[in-house]
Amino acid sequence: MTGDMSRGVNTREAVDAPAVLVGFARALRAAGVDAGPDRVQALIGALDVLRPGTRSDVYWSGRLTLCGSRDDLERYDRVFAAYFGGAGAGGRAVRAAPAPRLRVAVRDAGPAPRTGGEGERDGVPAAVLASSAEVLRHRDFAGLTEAERVQLRRLLAAFAPRGEPRRTARLRPARRGAVDPRRTVREMLRRGGEPAPPLRRARAERPRRVVLLVDVSGSMAAYADALLRFAHAAAHGGRVRTEVFTVGTRLTRVTRELAHRDPDAALAAVAAAVPDWRGGTRLGELLRDFLDRWGQRGMARGAVVVVLSDGWERGDPKPLAAQMRRLHRLAHRVIWANPRKARPGYAPLAAGMAAALPSVDAFVEGHSLAALERLAAVVRGADHA
Amino acid sequence: MRPIARDEQASESEGGGGRTAWPAGPDEVRVRLEQSGYLVDEGLAVACFLALRLRRPIFCEGDAGVGKTALASALATALDAPLIRLQCYEGIDASQALYDWDFPRQLLHLRAAEAAGLTDADRLEGELYGRRFLIARPLLRALETRSCVLLVDEIDRADDEFEAFLLELLSEYTVTIPELGTLRAKSPPVVVLTSNRTREVHDALKRRCLYHWFDHPGFARELAIVRRRVPGASARLTEQVTALVQALRAQELVKPPGVAETIDWAEAMAALGATEADAELAVATLGSVLKYREDLERARGLDLTALLAVRGA
Repeated sequence: MTGDMSRGVNTREAVDAPAVLVGFARALRAAGVDAGPDRVQALIGALDVLRPGTRSDVYWSGRLTLCGSRDDLERYDRVFAAYFGGAGAGGRAVRAAPAPRLRVAVRDAGPAPRTGGEGERDGVPAAVLASSAEVLRHRDFAGLTEAERVQLRRLLAAFAPRGEPRRTARLRPARRGAVDPRRTVREMLRRGGEPAPPLRRARAERPRRVVLLVDVSGSMAAYADALLRFAHAAAHGGRVRTEVFTVGTRLTRVTRELAHRDPDAALAAVAAAVPDWRGGTRLGELLRDFLDRWGQRGMARGAVVVVLSDGWERGDPKPLAAQMRRLHRLAHRVIWANPRKARPGYAPLAAGMAAALPSVDAFVEGHSLAALERLAAVVRGADHA
Repeated sequence: MRPIARDEQASESEGGGGRTAWPAGPDEVRVRLEQSGYLVDEGLAVACFLALRLRRPIFCEGDAGVGKTALASALATALDAPLIRLQCYEGIDASQALYDWDFPRQLLHLRAAEAAGLTDADRLEGELYGRRFLIARPLLRALETRSCVLLVDEIDRADDEFEAFLLELLSEYTVTIPELGTLRAKSPPVVVLTSNRTREVHDALKRRCLYHWFDHPGFARELAIVRRRVPGASARLTEQVTALVQALRAQELVKPPGVAETIDWAEAMAALGATEADAELAVATLGSVLKYREDLERARGLDLTALLAVRGA
């Protein structure tokens, strides 16, 4: 890391250092790091007081000012190497930066995503329940026509699952409850010191955080779109942030992508961010990733965690069982929604599903609008299934 | 006194200045922090230097027990400045973090004024909302204290609303109190924010900060840290404990131990009078480094004797 910068950069620096840094920031943005103009300004300010010709100073001040989260660091390192790297050729600029493909959300996620060709079960499942007499509400997502899908999207946006309410440490003014000395005294002060009826306060209630883990593997392909729209509705529901992850061959956090208000734009962003559509599933391993990186630190603590998956585990189901037990100890409630549960004669035979069930508080369907409505009710705590 | 004036606001504060001269470069920061018993790598030294120079808060993220909070107290020692700590929790609000009016005293004052027959309403009001009835909570105290280190610990535990409220403070180093007006820091504090990453902190806040990710240290640095923090332990014991913790971190543990746990473990073994660790002693004191049953079982399954025999690694 120490030593002088490569030749190419040094010569350019003599010309116009800010321009080099702006170009570097642009390359970072192309790689998915949110390095806005104010951050670039901070970098220029930082280099002002350091030695701009020293590689390590440029590296560290750029990393400190341009990055905003751990996910950014890996991208930063790659772009830095590509941009200031040993290649030396002055012409290696923005174009050399890695494409947005770099947006990998989990480090050390294991082997590259396996695209397609999952031996066991890949084809889009046939809609078993679809009979012409059923209304859209009860139709299996897998068997919808394009027109019905459009209608469904509108309906889906209408309900947003909220977490079950819980009491917080925060006290709010209330009719009943303990006497609130501060407000009472303030009221007395307002009346010039005359006694006033005591004002009261009570604990406020807040919905619990909801964490959605959406399976986007090949076996869930027919449901992924509807479930992600459901997740989008959930993410825009209330004051408490809902966290959404996709699970396939790797774990991707898509909360930020889903933040876009327009569902279609949000889904397009998710599609760009998720590298493993229709691959296989490594549920156990990815659940461990989730718990290690987010869940244990607090995201799953006291939260309502919903797994939307058919429970097809490619590997050994034992790690999944262990991780589900761990999740169950952390979360307030664990809900598993399995679109296949609605099929006639369904039994949780998939090895993963059978392993997970002992640690699941509520096992519901997730194949139709009515089922998702019910899921939303379960998440709210209205319906303990 | 700081030798270089950065901007007008900072140069105003030159007069009284800090208690000791401020470091002139990252290397000096590192030396100062090392003197206070906190070992830093290059990135953190640059971060601290820039925080001092550019008056930007440092946003520290990383696993528990890697020294995020300790950084603030080390900075305070190194700069010979007081440390003001704000522990965040869910539901924390302005009256607990920033300031509060001392209502009972205001009431008493009002009563006393009435009894004395004071009738000048304007004067009375001015007195009632004066500085002496204002209770300064940590953030306001940090603004009023000359060159101090402000630690905002575990910001991720507070609600989003609280972050928004920190914005004014961290970007302008001012606080607006409706009854009094805007208070400006005489000399902006050095601010250290820590987060365990239980939730993503808002970008608007991070953008005002220098972002530093704390990794677990490598063997050599961890060894140096443990030596520094547990001087009572023998060199051999320190080496063994550090090597063992590094080996444990490579395992798939529910909660990989941080440096704080390494220090605890070395202290525990030293307290038992050991100068060299063996497998039996390690197992007996395993509870000071691993806090999950699954992890303990996993560690007991390892060949501890072989791991302890490794020297230096």
